[in-house]
Amino acid sequence: MQFDQLLQFIISGITSGSIYALIALGFTLIYNSTQVINLAQGEFVVYGGLIAVSLYAGAGLPLFAAVLLSIIIVTLIGVVFERLAIRPLINHSIMTLIIVTVGASILFKNIAMIIWGRDPLTIPAFSGDDPIMFFGASIIPQSIWVFGITMVTVVLLQLFYKKTITGKAMKACSINQTAAKLMGINSSSIVLLSFALSAAFGAIAGVLIAPISMVSYSMGGFLGLKGFAGAVLGGLGNPIGAVVGGILLGILESLSIGFIASGYKDAVAFLILLLVLFLRPSGILGARIKEKV
Amino acid sequence: MTSGRRGRLNKQWLWVGLYALTMAIIPNVLANNYYMKMLIVLAINTIIVIGLNLLMGYAGQVSLGHAAFYGIGAYSSAIMTTKYGMSAWLGIVAAILVGGLVAYLIAIPALRLKGHYLAMATLGFAEIVHILFIELREITGGTDGLYGVPAPSIAGFAFDTPQRLYVLVWMVLVICLVMALNIAKSRVGRALRAVHGSEIAAASMGVDTAKYKIQVFVLSGILACVGGSLYASMAGYVSSESFTLTVSITLVTMAVCGGMGNVWGAVIGASTLTIMQEYLKSYNDYNLVIFGAILILAMVFMPQGIYGAFSDLAKKLKHRLQAIPETAGEQHAAS
Repeated sequence: MQFDQLLQFIISGITSGSIYALIALGFTLIYNSTQVINLAQGEFVVYGGLIAVSLYAGAGLPLFAAVLLSIIIVTLIGVVFERLAIRPLINHSIMTLIIVTVGASILFKNIAMIIWGRDPLTIPAFSGDDPIMFFGASIIPQSIWVFGITMVTVVLLQLFYKKTITGKAMKACSINQTAAKLMGINSSSIVLLSFALSAAFGAIAGVLIAPISMVSYSMGGFLGLKGFAGAVLGGLGNPIGAVVGGILLGILESLSIGFIASGYKDAVAFLILLLVLFLRPSGILGARIKEKV
Repeated sequence: MTSGRRGRLNKQWLWVGLYALTMAIIPNVLANNYYMKMLIVLAINTIIVIGLNLLMGYAGQVSLGHAAFYGIGAYSSAIMTTKYGMSAWLGIVAAILVGGLVAYLIAIPALRLKGHYLAMATLGFAEIVHILFIELREITGGTDGLYGVPAPSIAGFAFDTPQRLYVLVWMVLVICLVMALNIAKSRVGRALRAVHGSEIAAASMGVDTAKYKIQVFVLSGILACVGGSLYASMAGYVSSESFTLTVSITLVTMAVCGGMGNVWGAVIGASTLTIMQEYLKSYNDYNLVIFGAILILAMVFMPQGIYGAFSDLAKKLKHRLQAIPETAGEQHAAS
């Protein structure tokens, strides 16, 4: 394989990997505050994209206003979801909560189908479609937006964890919830915040990917799955791990299209995931924690 | 002690008898092909969820990949019968052997993982299997699937109509139920519950936790394969669409909604959700919206599942009934 071809595959891998990374980050936030795997995470991505389409093409808002407003609306959806379905069950078994998120994902997905129909929809790219040449590989500007915004989000999240009192409280809750509560941290507002942020990250992924791959009501499950895989690959619960895992998954997947048949793209990604899990069960960046009795 | 235990056991077999009888009578009342097919699907789902319940409810190991075993069972049957001209019985045997072997091979590394990592590993495995169903066109027929799967027959009697096939499925279901109830009451069942409670404590009490976890995983995989094999016989064809992640999640949902840690929970969960899904189909586009909403509400109001909710209710009633005469007696004594 030529170098420019290889580069092309890596670039497209980084683009889809950034999307996985944002979704993985959403999984991580909710997992850290509740130990729950939110199987409705992919639906936030779909809603982010589809609401932006309606606001831009339907309501005629300027592109950036539509995108921003869409992210805000999805964040509110995340808040309402937490209040109505998660809060009443927070002391029940994790499995019960996961089934609630399954119910939510079925509900969200099919409401989306009724509102927006079955056809994929799209919004224009943020800054045109003229590709930029880079060592013989062409990059569409939207890819740079995807990677750039993902990186900005990650940096902002780290600053939030390190510099703000709320962020520190959130981190404390993820390390030891009981101890955090004893220190006077209101853990239920942290759970709410984690759902709000997860929904926001999902929506950001949705508006970023909409111009490249279009958005349809049914793509949430698959995207969520990839994000989950990325989070586990990096080490579940570790935000940096989620980002590294997500991007790595994107690159591996993209390279497998280049080297093996494209039909096996997903199989290769999952095969690598299984190998990582079997050889290093806590993910590549996860700490090897000894279980306490 | 012994007599009390035996009494409870006898009562349990009474329930099994009642259930088997009900399941045998229903087809005589609802004698049309549509209901028969639904009943067969209901029975197949119950078989699979019984296995999942043993795995999740008793041993505490989550699998998000049982659609893979369901599919392996169906495809093994279909390939053996349509490509190699074997009888449907050999197809079922092949399904059990292939499924059991695959389950064993995946269980050894996977069951070292815990919680969400195990869920992810089983999910990843199922996705790979699903892709293989589509991509291995020469063997599996690709997206077209395989057609012309025959029904099993015995001495000239073919289980080729839904009514006839139901008899076979019903027998398998009762056998699986009895087996699961026996396992749950046995040393193995207690060992599995110990693993669920605390694996380390169980291991230190001398329970070979790894062995039991692998055994129950293989058993639940085999039950899903048997279900798949029966499904292939009923439908007459297999296609990869029937074995997606959604199917895995639906099966887990049945186990959780019914109530985990009790074999009857599996029966209730699989029956209720299968009937509900079928009934909601008449709402077309709104079908799954309603299904999702019911799922959330069910969990909010019955977090222990349907079986858990009813056994709680029964306990409360019993408690109240016992409390009344006692307090009456006390009042009498006081006066």
